[in-house]
Amino acid sequence: MVVQKRFISLLVENNAGVLSRIAGLFTRRGYNIESLTVGETENPRISRMTIVMTCDSATFEQIKKQLNKLIEVIKITELKNDNALMRELILIKLKANDNDRSKLIEISNIFRAKIIDVTMSTMTIELTGDEIKVSGFLEMMRPFGIVELIRTGFCGIERG
Amino acid sequence: MRVADIIIKAFETQGITTIFGYPGGANLPLYDALRLNTNVKHVLVRNEQAAAHAANGYARANKKIGACMATSGPGATNLITGIATAYMDSIPMIIITGQVKSDLIGKDVFQEADIVGATESFTKHNYLVKNPTEIPRVLAEAFYIATTGRPGPVLIDIPRDVLEARIPFSVLPNISIPGYNPTTEGHAGQIKRALQKLNAAKRPIIFAGGGVIAAKATKELQAFANAANIPVINTLMGLGSFPMDSPLFIGMVGYHGQDYAMEIISKADFVLIAGSRMSDRATLNFKALSPQADVVHIDIDPAEIGKIFNHQIPMVGDLKLILKKLVEKITPLETKDWLEEIAQIKPKLDPVIANDSKTVSPKIALRILSEKLDNDAILVADVGQNQIIAARNFPYNGNRMYLTSGGLGTMGYSLPAAIGATYGAPDKQVVSVVGDGGIQMLIAELGTLKQSGHKMMVMLFNNHRLGMVRELQDTQFNSNYYAVDWEFTPDFVKIAEAYGLPAVRVTSNAEVGKAIDAALAADGPYFIECMVDPEENCLT
Repeated sequence: MVVQKRFISLLVENNAGVLSRIAGLFTRRGYNIESLTVGETENPRISRMTIVMTCDSATFEQIKKQLNKLIEVIKITELKNDNALMRELILIKLKANDNDRSKLIEISNIFRAKIIDVTMSTMTIELTGDEIKVSGFLEMMRPFGIVELIRTGFCGIERG
Repeated sequence: MRVADIIIKAFETQGITTIFGYPGGANLPLYDALRLNTNVKHVLVRNEQAAAHAANGYARANKKIGACMATSGPGATNLITGIATAYMDSIPMIIITGQVKSDLIGKDVFQEADIVGATESFTKHNYLVKNPTEIPRVLAEAFYIATTGRPGPVLIDIPRDVLEARIPFSVLPNISIPGYNPTTEGHAGQIKRALQKLNAAKRPIIFAGGGVIAAKATKELQAFANAANIPVINTLMGLGSFPMDSPLFIGMVGYHGQDYAMEIISKADFVLIAGSRMSDRATLNFKALSPQADVVHIDIDPAEIGKIFNHQIPMVGDLKLILKKLVEKITPLETKDWLEEIAQIKPKLDPVIANDSKTVSPKIALRILSEKLDNDAILVADVGQNQIIAARNFPYNGNRMYLTSGGLGTMGYSLPAAIGATYGAPDKQVVSVVGDGGIQMLIAELGTLKQSGHKMMVMLFNNHRLGMVRELQDTQFNSNYYAVDWEFTPDFVKIAEAYGLPAVRVTSNAEVGKAIDAALAADGPYFIECMVDPEENCLT
């Protein structure tokens, strides 16, 4: 069975404890969460989560069924590349001396990233993008020396 | 109306006439409400765990819903084993725990414990209610969730100030839960596919689990099996779902099932799984079915289908409804050869080792018990050798029930669950079958039993050891025994007598019948201790 990265979008009731229930389910049944984002929807009583996991198809089916059993889970949608838009926000603090600063600005421009802080020795950049863009950007930036990196994890929405 | 009174009133309107519990600081308003509402009886147990088991026995015996309650902190945490037991066996139950005042939550105050967090993974759902106006909705949701779909325990944790708050109230509201809508009707297309496969089968079998009992579908199962001429095999939890005196009954599968049952099921070319989650124990670590067999899996819980076995026709829905539809469409199958083959493989009874006259064989004792009990008696087994022996040597015919902690395997279950069953089914004979290990876990419930005054028989099999664990040390650790022989066992007859129960010790098979007669003639509880040959194991 093919082990691959899978994305689901989850509508849940916006109650205290719902995040714990979902995270707990993954832990307890031995499923691995790669990332999880959560936020309120246009309806303040409902939140949307995007969960990214790597697993085979049988495990993925079980995960969806087990999530469906949670009373507060309203709807589960699988997000696939061809039917959904996925975005991640990253903030990256890089070593930036006088020599490297202009190179970093150049790369950031190519990726349409935003420079949000500069000091004598560092530069902090904000980037939003899909998986390919984020990993491409990180690959370009890594040689300069990453001081700190924070990723929000993916959030996704269906097309159309 | 005071929230505490609303809760007890809600129990009353749901037909819960008995609630098992233990009071404490945080849930005292509920006890004041119980004092004022004489339509709901409270049974004071000796340990909160017993309250949960008693509610479990009550729910199973009266085929409705059980209820128990405890105070915050240790009261709530003592319930945990009982809640997990009910969850694993899909027993509908409402658990009300008192919580410290809402403004003190999170401050580690006296008797504070996060019971909602702790029971997250073994309740069907749980609530912490901080706003009194939410109570009517939460109660309505809790009853609905506990009893519909795959049943299970629902816990409501309520701070003391919320219990004391007053809100306007008349009846429980109508509710809609957006994320909860269990499928009950079987999919018509899948039913058709299943019937096609079934009609082509030469060696079909129905694999009936506890779901048949939970769905109250025993009559429908019998109607279907009889109409189609299909033999039935039970899991431990399924015992009682099909009369064992039927020529179509095969036996019990699983780790402690009959070897011939495993042999028969491995030969089946079509298996209809009815309400079983195909646990490791029931399927010998998932190896029971032939990989070539066509498998149809009916379950109310979609997550159970495909969790263990993939090659199957899934059918999500209420077994009772689906079996009714299957009966309408089935034509009798030609299974004469298959049934004859089964009859040849299946022996009559388990072998019993030759007993000297100084001990009781629990297998013989249970067979004698069976002869003397009604056709709708309830046997509540504990966990261990007594559980397996009671599963294999007591025919569950007619409307007899076998209650046990099948999923979690909780020692100590039998005595309090049996007490609960006497409240749930006051007209039925109830017997607690228990070992000397299990009874000591919650032995103080003899006091609860005495207090009830209910007619109930405790049949203790005393072999002065933890027989089942010792069997495991036999097979898995070359009979190197450790921590399985009590260095001291108390005089159980004296203990029972100290609790005010009439009690008798039986030391030979010949005396068993007389003791049972005395228990059946008594107008209250009765305690029988059978001294068992310590070398007698489940299967030998």
